[in-house]
Amino acid sequence: MRFVSPEAYAKTIVASVQEYSLLCGRAVANIFSRPRYTADIFTQMDSIGVGSLPIVVLTGFFTGCVLALQAAVSLKEFGAVNMTGELVTLSMVKELGPVLTGLMVSGRNASGMASELGSMKVSEQIDAMRALGTDPYRKLVTPRLVATVFMLFFLTIISDACGIAGGAFVSVTLLKLKAATFFHTGYMSLEHGDVVEGLVKPIFSGFIIATIGCYYGLRTTGGTRGVGRSTTQAVVASSVIIILVDFLVTQLMIGIFGR
Amino acid sequence: MAETVESPTMKEFVASGQPMVEFDDVSIGFEGHEVLSNVSFTVAHGETRILLGPAGGGKSVLMKLANGLIEPDSGDIRVFGRSLREMTENELFEMRAHVGMVFQESALFDSLDVEDNVAYRLEEEHVDPKEIRERVLEALRFVELEQVIDKFPSELSGGMRRRVSIARAIISKPDLILYDSPTGGLDPITSTTIIELVVKQRDVSHTTCLLITHRLQDAFMLATHRFDPQDKKVERIPDNGIDASTKFLVLNEGHIVFDGTTLELTHTKDPWLREYLE
Repeated sequence: MRFVSPEAYAKTIVASVQEYSLLCGRAVANIFSRPRYTADIFTQMDSIGVGSLPIVVLTGFFTGCVLALQAAVSLKEFGAVNMTGELVTLSMVKELGPVLTGLMVSGRNASGMASELGSMKVSEQIDAMRALGTDPYRKLVTPRLVATVFMLFFLTIISDACGIAGGAFVSVTLLKLKAATFFHTGYMSLEHGDVVEGLVKPIFSGFIIATIGCYYGLRTTGGTRGVGRSTTQAVVASSVIIILVDFLVTQLMIGIFGR
Repeated sequence: MAETVESPTMKEFVASGQPMVEFDDVSIGFEGHEVLSNVSFTVAHGETRILLGPAGGGKSVLMKLANGLIEPDSGDIRVFGRSLREMTENELFEMRAHVGMVFQESALFDSLDVEDNVAYRLEEEHVDPKEIRERVLEALRFVELEQVIDKFPSELSGGMRRRVSIARAIISKPDLILYDSPTGGLDPITSTTIIELVVKQRDVSHTTCLLITHRLQDAFMLATHRFDPQDKKVERIPDNGIDASTKFLVLNEGHIVFDGTTLELTHTKDPWLREYLE
């Protein structure tokens, strides 16, 4: 194992942050200038959005099921099992739907982006693209960024709906609650701020997944082993940052909406 | 292939007599290790410049520098008379539209078939699809690989991939072609086929080119052979003639140890160079 001086280590971190910031800046700036790779955006939307649908639906549904079961145990002690709908709906819309969808999509797509771009980098395909007069940030990063932010927004809504459906399924079949009670308490508990909070989070998560996946992919070195390393780093970094940003956005939303 | 069509600005540039590529005191290093040190040379219009030297001497780095894919630590590189250092990223992309590059490992896009790989640049330039198809076929006919148009790079042999890479580089009729070890890792027969294509491209289009090779026989074949348009084959230049437009640059450990013509190289008295050539 090679040891580096604290100074060199600090410089590496600063350089990485600078490199990542430049990638984000260029990826966003490219949205507002030509040429635009619209076909690539739709291809990525299909791959990221439609491709992630099964895991998002299953994760959302079973999270709602588990949430209803767990909530019922605690609420029973206070004689408030009827409040299960409220708890499941609020938890799914505000927190679990956005975060779990972000983490699932991150595991599937940040790794996919890092490995695809990493393979292209080590086989000189990125250099070939530049040599052929194409900006790889414009062709590879921006379509992934737009597609991930756009599709994660809708995937989160689907996840929320599936989670609530899962909660309702458990409440009706196992807890013997009325479906109308479940949905009514759930609906009444939601306020404007809760929905906004739940829909703002996937925008940040989508941005993190795409930029982190592409960043680690484009800085890959060291052949196939390097591709594996980049893939792992992309998933770890994006997952941690999603949870960190979730905390910050929650704080911000509480500050704005007071709940 | 058809004659290179030069834009008015390129014609003016060629008429000015300036070198197509000019390295002026260029140095570059990675992680504290100097790869190229104070390298200066020029490549004139229509010249074929062969880069020779032992592995790890900085030849591929020099090629990437010439296309603006990496920046030097010091010194200046001028391509088509313009300093790469002064160009913005977008200007570099525009400059590269006039440069064809063949990579060491072909660097074909593995998710695209041969047709889309060769057509890549034309599709980026939104050329009419019918014209794209015609030019792809023309480029593939030039490298004698028309039959693999629907295949993916993974289905091709190493030599075929290299030939597709040449087709991709020449489809836009560039003013400068950079060949990074086009025969690297290939068997002698396939290497000869590739070098014959380079000779054919040189003599048909008279395009300026920079070519890296580890194989001396490839280098000397380029200097001693020509393409006969009547017989449509590559043959030795009669009376032991030498192609006047072919020149050599030899790099060793990041330094230029030779810059001159074929005759000057073969008559060198430099002991290291003599040993290397023998």
